[in-house]
Amino acid sequence: MFNRRILLIAAAVVAFTAPAFAQEKSIVVASTTSTQDSGLFEYLLPLYKQKTGVTVKVISQGTGQALDTGRRGDADVVFVHARSAEEKFMAEGQGVKRYPVMYNDFVLIGPKSDPAGVKGFRDVGKAFTAIKDKQISFISRGDKSGTHIAELALWKASGIDIEKDKGAWYKAIGQGMGAALNIAGAGGGYVLSDRGTWLNFKNKGDLAILVEGDKRMFNQYGVMLVNPDKHPNVKKELGQQFIDYLVSSEGQNDIANYKINDTPLFYPNANDAGA
Amino acid sequence: MPAATSALHLVLTGDPALYTIVRLSLLVSLSAVLLAAGIGVPLGALLALTRFRGRTGAIVLLNALMGLPPVVVGLVVFMFLSRSGPLGSWGLLFTPPAMVIAQTILVTPIIAALSRQTIEDLWVEYRDELTAMSIGPVRRVTTLIWDARISLLTALLAGFGRAAAEVGAIMIVGGNIEGFTRTMTTAIALETSKGDLPLAIGLGVVLMIIVLLINALAWGARRAGERIAG
Repeated sequence: MFNRRILLIAAAVVAFTAPAFAQEKSIVVASTTSTQDSGLFEYLLPLYKQKTGVTVKVISQGTGQALDTGRRGDADVVFVHARSAEEKFMAEGQGVKRYPVMYNDFVLIGPKSDPAGVKGFRDVGKAFTAIKDKQISFISRGDKSGTHIAELALWKASGIDIEKDKGAWYKAIGQGMGAALNIAGAGGGYVLSDRGTWLNFKNKGDLAILVEGDKRMFNQYGVMLVNPDKHPNVKKELGQQFIDYLVSSEGQNDIANYKINDTPLFYPNANDAGA
Repeated sequence: MPAATSALHLVLTGDPALYTIVRLSLLVSLSAVLLAAGIGVPLGALLALTRFRGRTGAIVLLNALMGLPPVVVGLVVFMFLSRSGPLGSWGLLFTPPAMVIAQTILVTPIIAALSRQTIEDLWVEYRDELTAMSIGPVRRVTTLIWDARISLLTALLAGFGRAAAEVGAIMIVGGNIEGFTRTMTTAIALETSKGDLPLAIGLGVVLMIIVLLINALAWGARRAGERIAG
């Protein structure tokens, strides 16, 4: 009969696919869109697999969402970039230990025509003020990501209460870094990006870096094992092994060697305990 | 046109990453459609052939569920399968079976609603005949499903189209993990976010071609079926 046959086929499909889905050694890492969109993981993870045989499965989310994934116990390791949010995660007892891994910096991207006239500013606060005063389109991630948190801190440092002062010019899109760059490119807007994603971004069009080098645009990445006491399913040995690799001299070298057009995208700094 | 060239390049060079993605997309969506057919066709038949209080309401509800937003289904399945959810101990979140579950939920109402319509129309046509033969309700259902099998193929294809095209549900429950839960649609979303628009469009073209091929195959099977059925 027709429906019985379908059930049989379905059972066969499940039986056939189940072993294919069964896993070899693997861990789940919740990380940020910047580590994925910058291409770092595409470069680093095959190296790690070759060295250890462990498959690292990356869920790429904003920092806030990645930490929440860790809080629910759905990841073994979180690898993110917002120090304040990471410290909150640790204070809640969600992580075992926070390790600094690497840094790069944020850059202010905008149209080459630069309608806000900020090109070359050394003080990012002045650039933000000019964009606000002239009401030029600004694309905000608006997704609690590390970049979004950094952007909010920069508005605050510029003496601007963005919650109060935002108007139609300020567009919170709630999407990843690449999507924000696409929208800025299409609409002639300004956007704060991490340098790694920008360098790997292929749809630059009329966009360019307009402001860079301000100390406040520093972007530190940290990694933490999700606390196995809270979530017994966490693969603590395999997770810790991955963290140990990232902060080892070998892992740090691999990170430093990831370059686009001879420009490194990330600078390792696991030895800087204060980072 | 760079999009067409890059897509063509991927296909012709037999890019292994592309084939992993295509294979997973087909495996997930076809599994979901088969499971949904196993639930949806009998359910549709039941609704077509029985009379009970609230039946009209059930039919309206079923038809409305055809429009279930994938992202909502994804979120609900996510909450059930998360380690902090009721089914967390199954460890299925961010795996292909989780994607199959989400798509099955999306597709079942489509197949059930279309099956109900098909079988009810057929029932109107054959009612006197089947009643005269005085066969039991179970036999009646199976006979009608068998008779409607060729039309039911369209319901299955509609379900497959929905599953193959959606990105909202599998992105949430699968996590778009490279080589493991990355499908055609989530790969397109990712390449778009990396600004590689030609590759994204190229993948879209490949997806369209696959859907077209499957529909052509189903059409061929249907024609062959009609010939045999005379």
